Amino acid sequence: MDNQSQPNCPSWHDDVRRVAQGIRRRVLEHTVKNNGGYLSQACSSAEMLATLYLKVMNVGPVERPLVPPPFPGVPGPNNPNSFTGAIFNGPKAPHLDRFILSPAQYALVVYAALIELGRMDPDGLNQFNKDGSTVEMIGAEHSPGMEVMTGSLGQGLSQAAGIAMARKLRGETGRVWVFMSDGELQSGQNWEALQAMSHHKLDNMGIYVDVNKQQCDGPICSVMNMDPLAERLASFGARVIEVNGHDLDALAAPAELERDGRPLVVLADTDPCAGMPILQSRIPKLHYVRFVNEDERQRYQSFLADFCR
Amino acid sequence: MEILSKVHAKNLVQWAKDKPEVLVLSADLTSSTEIDLFRDTYPDRFLSMGIAEQNMLSFAGGLAREGLYPFIHTFAVFIYRRAFDQIAMSVAYPNVPVRMFGFLPGIMTPGGATHQAIEDIAVMRALPNMTIFECGDATDVESVLDVAHAVNGPVYVRMLRGEIPRLFHPSDKMQFGKARVIQEGTDITLLTTGICTEEAMRAVQVLQKRGLSIQHMHVTTLKPFDDPSVLEAAAKAKYGVITMENHSIIGGLGTIVAEVMAEAGLGKKLVRIGLKDTFVHGASKPYLMREYGIDAMALIAEVERLVDDRFGIAESELAQTYLAPVHSLAKAEAL
Repeated sequence: MDNQSQPNCPSWHDDVRRVAQGIRRRVLEHTVKNNGGYLSQACSSAEMLATLYLKVMNVGPVERPLVPPPFPGVPGPNNPNSFTGAIFNGPKAPHLDRFILSPAQYALVVYAALIELGRMDPDGLNQFNKDGSTVEMIGAEHSPGMEVMTGSLGQGLSQAAGIAMARKLRGETGRVWVFMSDGELQSGQNWEALQAMSHHKLDNMGIYVDVNKQQCDGPICSVMNMDPLAERLASFGARVIEVNGHDLDALAAPAELERDGRPLVVLADTDPCAGMPILQSRIPKLHYVRFVNEDERQRYQSFLADFCR
Repeated sequence: MEILSKVHAKNLVQWAKDKPEVLVLSADLTSSTEIDLFRDTYPDRFLSMGIAEQNMLSFAGGLAREGLYPFIHTFAVFIYRRAFDQIAMSVAYPNVPVRMFGFLPGIMTPGGATHQAIEDIAVMRALPNMTIFECGDATDVESVLDVAHAVNGPVYVRMLRGEIPRLFHPSDKMQFGKARVIQEGTDITLLTTGICTEEAMRAVQVLQKRGLSIQHMHVTTLKPFDDPSVLEAAAKAKYGVITMENHSIIGGLGTIVAEVMAEAGLGKKLVRIGLKDTFVHGASKPYLMREYGIDAMALIAEVERLVDDRFGIAESELAQTYLAPVHSLAKAEAL
């Protein structure tokens, strides 16, 4: 959005902006229709996810937008049919990157992104939270775009580190990208993971953190302060880059840095109401939007109508 | 009785020789879990993870998803108590082949309640996709690697270290889902696991001499638990069935046997010998086995109750058991 007025901006900017706007619109639409949704997460992370998929990550294509398959049953020794949602991120290959969504609560935002990116059939979102569907509310490993179980916050980074370690041992050139939100960094397991990533020099990992400063109970500073976050991460051995999370060039730049042995952490400072000023009246409760009455729903309905214009 | 030292240390190195996909993960207990020789032999396949078990278990899940076989080594309590959510969601749910070797089961350490895994079977068997083995002698420790490695999914092993007796001939290996028959008989069916098997053997020898006919079986696969020979043995027992384990009587062998007996409609009496819903504390193995009633004399007392007879057995009649010294070259520390 910051680049909107800049002349001579690179062509990928248009794609990222289109996808980011589409993420916001689809999540807003969904929220109005279902009287609830993770709307502020779409606003804070739209540019991050769009930039990751279009500029940062070297992921393979999908042949056509995939229709999310129905739930195949839980994995187990007698279930040969289980799969992961990584199929939406293209094929796996030694030179290709991988994407791990750490806060599974962002699933709706990722689904919207996958539709905008032409990786998921638009009808897929109609299966959201429907019985027997893989398009679950809190995404699981079978959900579109996801690869591991991360709904229990703290486990995503460790699992991604295990994947990165295996790839490093095999000499693969592809990287492992992890999308995180700032609130989940309160969980101790993430810091165990960070120290292990530093110790084992997993510079084939990059973490993009949506620093929206919000969590379920309200502003992070009131729930459990984590300042100074950048210093804490750096002291654990991470290579920390702080950027404006809505500035496309700033978001893309860290991925171009030559790897130096340290895991990369991009702290993307974001606005949870970005692109949707209507959300500002809900501050400080932004984690999940559920309308308090029909009136409020109507206001969002007309905001949506304007948004689509 | 033959006593062997550091069985796992040497065996693991030999076994993993032609298995480059096997990695060993340590949580700062490398010597204490006998993986120092592996570390020195295959440094590229040894990952030091520090005192950070939650990360270690999820990290192992990530490695396993990439086709590697992480062999977790630490004290049992630090696996299932410290990192249960991580085992459940990063390992068990995706059914990935992480092998967890939990040392110091039950009363095997003077390290006290913080180090004593008394409810690990109860906790781990509740997890879908989990397979559970328990070792009771040197042959088990040697052969559990092949048995575990053949499992499509995560495996938890109650492991032994230091000086270990050999109760079974090296050729009489642990087999998946098959209890070994130590003694045949029809009065009582006695099912034992882990270190309790050696203890029970001492008592059974004397009880047989007193005219009791005992079917003694050593159980190593705790989950799944579907060996038909165990139920057959239970069905023929005249007086009833006794289970004996180095674990809480809640959720372990006793509970497992109760479940299968009830489901099969076996109207037999069942006596569960084990830790009676209690924590224990830091003390020696023989002291704790006596104090908490999981030794040979405790078994004899339960047999007497079951058959309603008194055999007047003195402890001096029992065959000597092997007592490993607390301070020994076979252990990295006294724990």
